[in-house]
Amino acid sequence: MSVPAETGIYIPPAAMPPAEVTHAVSPWVALAYLVAGVCFILALRGLSSPASSRRGNRFGMVGMTIALVTTLVTHQLASLPEILVAIAIGGGIGFIIARRILMTAMPQLVAAFHSLVGLAAVLVGSAAYLNPGAFGIADAMGHVLTESRVEMGLGVAIGAITFSGSVIAFLKLNGNMSGAPITLPMRHAINFLILAVILGLIAYFTAASDAPAIFATVTALSFLIGFLLIIPIGGADMPVVISMLNSYSGWAAAAMGFTLHNTAMIITGALVGSSGAILSYIMCKAMNRGFISVIAGGFGADSSGGAAAAKADRPWKRGSAEDAAFLLKEANQVIIIPGYGMAVAQAQHVLREMGDLLKEAGVTVKYAIHPVAGRMPGHMNVLLAEANVPYDEVFELEDINNEFAQTDVAFVIGANDVVNPAAKDDPGSPIYGMPVFDVGKAKTIFFIKRTMGGVGYAGVDNDVFYMDQTMMLLGDAKKMVEEINKAL
Amino acid sequence: MDFISILSIFVLACFVGYYVVWSVTPALHTPLMSVTNAISSVIIVGALISAAAAGHPAAKWLGLAAVALASVNIFGGFAVTERMLAMYKKKERPAPKASAEGDKA
Repeated sequence: MSVPAETGIYIPPAAMPPAEVTHAVSPWVALAYLVAGVCFILALRGLSSPASSRRGNRFGMVGMTIALVTTLVTHQLASLPEILVAIAIGGGIGFIIARRILMTAMPQLVAAFHSLVGLAAVLVGSAAYLNPGAFGIADAMGHVLTESRVEMGLGVAIGAITFSGSVIAFLKLNGNMSGAPITLPMRHAINFLILAVILGLIAYFTAASDAPAIFATVTALSFLIGFLLIIPIGGADMPVVISMLNSYSGWAAAAMGFTLHNTAMIITGALVGSSGAILSYIMCKAMNRGFISVIAGGFGADSSGGAAAAKADRPWKRGSAEDAAFLLKEANQVIIIPGYGMAVAQAQHVLREMGDLLKEAGVTVKYAIHPVAGRMPGHMNVLLAEANVPYDEVFELEDINNEFAQTDVAFVIGANDVVNPAAKDDPGSPIYGMPVFDVGKAKTIFFIKRTMGGVGYAGVDNDVFYMDQTMMLLGDAKKMVEEINKAL
Repeated sequence: MDFISILSIFVLACFVGYYVVWSVTPALHTPLMSVTNAISSVIIVGALISAAAAGHPAAKWLGLAAVALASVNIFGGFAVTERMLAMYKKKERPAPKASAEGDKA
């Protein structure tokens, strides 16, 4: 009503002040939250190219500032000092972590951040449950409105799952917990049962009773199911898990947005939820595995025995750093395929030095990145960017795969399954159907690997090791590349 | 706002998210995750409301805890995204290396 009609801004009638809702939202406040939501959309939009990405991130900051200031200005503040202290403590910790974290540790950091969103959602949901009046969702008796209960229940449940699932993902990625899948007997039946109980209790909570015991049980069971869902999933499936938890944190925020009737939260939740869902889809497709099969877990836990036995008696060639340096220098084009092993060995900087030395020798150097290389989407790209590799030398799988036939040297460093031809030739292989790099078409292949003993995550032997043109460079990835650099 | 208006916003925002995220270049998927992380902490709005409300001490403390957690995410998420994005550079080398590339071409 305070907005002139000719601006064309539509204000839903329910948002007008004379409504019966306890805390009627003024149109200006609703508008501010909408602007914040639009800023968040622009933040993601900016990521369509590295050139516009930083502007996008600024839009995100602006949107967050608008949301924060609007909330602080429009509520009676009983405790401003405490709030500012809480923001300062949290913000200070976050800022220091962000400045100090190693780029190789990004997957853990993102998992940890997801867990915080989840926990915050649980806390907000609990606070809204205890004091619904503050959120304008209390009925005349001071109980939570029926229609808000379902959103609150779902929000708290998703938040709790996000929290405990992310904690497990963090522990696995950080190495505090083995990356191997932990499979409990009957886990599918147990998980289904717990999920059904959670949904049943939320329905009961909505329809019949808002007793604290039910709210607490929903929360506790959701923490439990988050834990149970992630422990059977192995380390290299973490890109899917992280994306999925990313998605959950978005849905949790959206559910809270429904409870609080807040457009900024709803828009953001929907954006983040779909972002995580799309990333999960891309990751699953890059492994040619169904989302359900990844989430069901247990992959790679039971197929390693046969492969390890079969490979002992096949001949392979061992190369030295000097051999590699010689052939690399003679090449016209070299394609480097980095994998998780490069991140573990922190070899990205020496690798870039190698690339520079080769370029000075007139060699064309390209980097080829598989969508699931590393432990999170885009992990390798960040590491190469950190090492100052220009992003226009880095290529995606489908853009570079037909170049191997014209390539003199394929240089595999810390990757394994993503170059395994079994994905093309062997229908019995667990990775059959996964798109892989055709390194076999290159004239020479160098394969940096710590030992011949280990197999990739999928637990299958790799025919590339035994090809005529393959030379195995056994040793720590970083030391090996340093030696090559010395020889160049 | 009634439920249907909110639902409409949500559904349309899901579609916007779908198209915007598909346009994100795969090279920036890690910054995408960290920035979505930061913006999903807009949940701090709910935390602030309960922290600011008088009358229920437990709800207030839960709210304050949530404010602190979400702040870690907001500041940490945007800062680490900024740090990552600053590393993505085009082929622009410092002078000596640029001349080496010039020789090659």
